[in-house]
Amino acid sequence: MEKIAVQVDDLTVAYNYKPVLWDIDLVIPEGVLMAIVGPNGAGKSTLIKSILGIIDPIAGSVSIYGKSYEKQRKLVAYVPQKGSVDWDFPTTALDVVMMGTYGSLGWIKRPGQKEKKAALEALEKVGMLSFKNRQISQLSGGQQQRVFLARALVQNAAIYFMDEPFQGVDATTEIAIINILKELRKAGKTVIVVHHDLQTVPEYFDWVTFLNVKKIATGPVKDIFNDDNLTKTYGINYKVAINK
Amino acid sequence: MSITEYFELLFTDYTLRTITLGTAVLGAVCGMLGSFAVLRKQSLLGDAISHAALPGIALAFLITGAKDTNVLLLGALVSGLIGTFWIRGIITKTHLKTDTALGLILSLFFGFGMLLLTFIQKQPNANQAGLDKYLFGQAATLVEKDVWIMAIVTSICLGILLLFWKEFKILLFDADYTKTLGFNTRFIDIVITFFIVLAIVLGLQTVGVVLMSAMLLAPAAAARQWTNKLSVMVFLAAIFGAFSGVFGTAISASQNNLSTGPVIVLVAAVFVIFSFIFSPGRGILFKQLRVRRNRRDLQLQKTLQFMHEIASTHEDTTHPHAIKILNNFQGFTKKTLKKLEERNWITLKGQNWSLTEQGFFEAENLYNQQLNNEHTAN
Repeated sequence: MEKIAVQVDDLTVAYNYKPVLWDIDLVIPEGVLMAIVGPNGAGKSTLIKSILGIIDPIAGSVSIYGKSYEKQRKLVAYVPQKGSVDWDFPTTALDVVMMGTYGSLGWIKRPGQKEKKAALEALEKVGMLSFKNRQISQLSGGQQQRVFLARALVQNAAIYFMDEPFQGVDATTEIAIINILKELRKAGKTVIVVHHDLQTVPEYFDWVTFLNVKKIATGPVKDIFNDDNLTKTYGINYKVAINK
Repeated sequence: MSITEYFELLFTDYTLRTITLGTAVLGAVCGMLGSFAVLRKQSLLGDAISHAALPGIALAFLITGAKDTNVLLLGALVSGLIGTFWIRGIITKTHLKTDTALGLILSLFFGFGMLLLTFIQKQPNANQAGLDKYLFGQAATLVEKDVWIMAIVTSICLGILLLFWKEFKILLFDADYTKTLGFNTRFIDIVITFFIVLAIVLGLQTVGVVLMSAMLLAPAAAARQWTNKLSVMVFLAAIFGAFSGVFGTAISASQNNLSTGPVIVLVAAVFVIFSFIFSPGRGILFKQLRVRRNRRDLQLQKTLQFMHEIASTHEDTTHPHAIKILNNFQGFTKKTLKKLEERNWITLKGQNWSLTEQGFFEAENLYNQQLNNEHTAN
């Protein structure tokens, strides 16, 4: 049996009275490229944020390769939503990618040549090397997304959580990003992506989780990505053309 | 006293030197920390904290009965910190947004402070007068000891800043991500906020409760215009702050009865206005000039392209055409024709124009050129 990368038990999150996530059990095997899909307000971002300890759940537990997330932090990288930061912040693309090395450096220690080299390599991987000294506000939306991806790549993690990496990017960037994600999977990494475009799920991902406050279903795309689950998740009779 | 006399006096007059040094150090530390407040979009936090400090000053006086500056400022520090915690509490525990929380605490604490001040004034105690100087500050009351305290706090602050530079930077840019990397974001946050409160409290004596936030924000806002690098921004903000302090003191000392705090703030505002207009990258002036130039260039290119279309129907591309033929085309004026001739793209003969070979070449490559420009622009 394959190893379990992420296991979520009984996770419940509420901001106020109404629960955002209700009693989620989720097992993500190692080496999958998984999409989390669901309507707006289904708790997709909240799910990965509570797995990553950014949001405190009111109940439930998360384990990464069998141990608590706090102990396994270095195995996990995160790509937040592009809109979650101020891109007018006075810094360069290279500097943002360097931030990916801060975790392994720990407190106080400054990044040196080794970290810079890693950051440059990550920038090259996402095709942004020539923009390394560009002020981040002067990057296009797609380029900003690539910089975020490079920052996560620098962490050299085993598990990657990404919050809508395809949001507001053009077709070229989307293809570039998905190719990198597929490469990560090939290297044995686990990639979990909050995703909006149902049409591309079968093409991009091999694993999928349907979420709408409760977990509707999780499993291989070829087994569970069907009209039945889509209807259960989106509440309307949802049909997509699935090319199996 | 004129400004030049003032600067001469600076080297001989002890009091003047103390005050100038004090306002300079204060300006520097406020500029430094203000950069963080501005980048965190907590510009108004400074305003709320400084107003929240007022009841602390009054209560410290009521409890100790003495007007010792340090005791009063300690009171200010405590009530400023309480105000800050309440603001954070309101934001995290209720549905209220940051601006509402700031406004609430600001007016509540300030109102309470004013109430206490009027209460103190009615007390039969000869010692009471002069507490209201904390409303607008009075730099003249600075003594050497105050400047020393400011200098010590500033150097501690600078040390902490250098030590935790990487942590501060990443928290300012992306707090959630910082948390996933294993940093205790609450700790970093508390350190930054604590130093902001401390800087504000130090400034109350000089600039006062009401205007203190300008000392934090103005130098930082000005500095942001000149650079895209955080370290340079913090450094520039410190310099702008220090100069505002020095010039403000100089102006107020050389003009009779001008209150120092407000003058310092006005000088800082001049830095802001100057930066908003004249900074090369983000300033209004150069932005407008760039827009104009681009528009003019585009107009020229459109005219050239139109000419190219006409000319390319002929075997001889330099074949002359009547200027009238361009009349239907909106982009052209006598001026653009002149400009095109200046660039050697066309020749004008009487009522006729004709493309030069160079012009024809330029027109053909217009589209490619634009693409190239985009790639090499930076």
